[in-house]
Amino acid sequence: MADELIVGLVVFVLASFVGFEVINKVPPTLHTPLMSGSNAISGIAVVGALLVAGAREWNLTVILGLIAVVLATINVVGGFLVTDRMLQMFKKKESRG
Amino acid sequence: MSDFLPTGIELSYLAAASLFILGLKKLGSPATARRGNLLAAIGMLIAIVATLLNQQVLNYEMILVSILLGSIIGTFMAQKVEMTDMPQMVGLLNGLGGAASALVAIGEFWHSLGAPEALPVDSLMTTILGVLIGGITLTGSLVAFAKLQGLISGTPMTFPFQQPFNIALVVIFLAGSGYLLASPGNVPIFLGLVSISLLLGVLFVIPIGGADMPVVVSLLNSYSGLAASAAGFILMNNMLIISGALVGASGLILTDIMCKAMNRSLTNVLFSAFGKGATAG
Repeated sequence: MADELIVGLVVFVLASFVGFEVINKVPPTLHTPLMSGSNAISGIAVVGALLVAGAREWNLTVILGLIAVVLATINVVGGFLVTDRMLQMFKKKESRG
Repeated sequence: MSDFLPTGIELSYLAAASLFILGLKKLGSPATARRGNLLAAIGMLIAIVATLLNQQVLNYEMILVSILLGSIIGTFMAQKVEMTDMPQMVGLLNGLGGAASALVAIGEFWHSLGAPEALPVDSLMTTILGVLIGGITLTGSLVAFAKLQGLISGTPMTFPFQQPFNIALVVIFLAGSGYLLASPGNVPIFLGLVSISLLLGVLFVIPIGGADMPVVVSLLNSYSGLAASAAGFILMNNMLIISGALVGASGLILTDIMCKAMNRSLTNVLFSAFGKGATAG
């Protein structure tokens, strides 16, 4: 268990550094789409929800898990679609101008 | 063969995480932003399909119904929203993601109640963390949504002794967590911690003005990443830990960039209402 936790921490810290490095000099027009896109990625909570909802029995854990699956899927699907709509609009503006 | 599937799932997770990193990178530049979003979406699809192959997942009918329901609602919301209402839309979606992480933490806690052996201390700590961050993200995002949508007044809301009250809540939360660690399985204490987390989210956002809400949404987006990461620690799932950390870190940087674009600091955005209150009073 402790070993697993250490491995998890290593992964967490290294991934955080990647997250810090991957964003730099974003033009202001892209602030909202970037926020929206990374919000959609945080919908990855759906993976946790699927694992919790996985058991083939009815109990509170499974019910909470299923609700979490619905909410996280809304976040994922809505998030990516909304981001695409925003970026589509930018493209039109650019080609017009 | 039995070893083959878990390896395949882990490798799919690696591919999905790589697509997220590439997607975030491309989202930062106008020419490639749309492709970046598509790459991240493909990564998400791979992660979801890989998870469905996990042997732990047996409840296929209900899960597929839930995914379908979420997809329909998500598509409907994304099509319906006005272009000018985008920041609050992101806020609302972000709140749902935070709620999902909190529900995962609560569900795992309940699961542990029925188990013969008590939850180990480190899992319990990550569970409490998941509830705290997920709860703050949920209610904080909902308040930000309500302010941007004009459902509640956008003016900063303060009341006397608000800061000491917040600090007292945090202290109570820490004390309650300590108590829960000492006696795991105490349901009333756990529910109390859930309520305090939800309350803290509201109190965190109400003193901030409506014009600063996009920054708050961005910060809460960073939190929802951390909440997903906490859920990853609870379930010991690398996919969740990696993507959560990515969103947490990149969201924090983006929040900072947004503040700088307004010539403000993050602390100034978060606490300026209190400064005004102090000078006025």
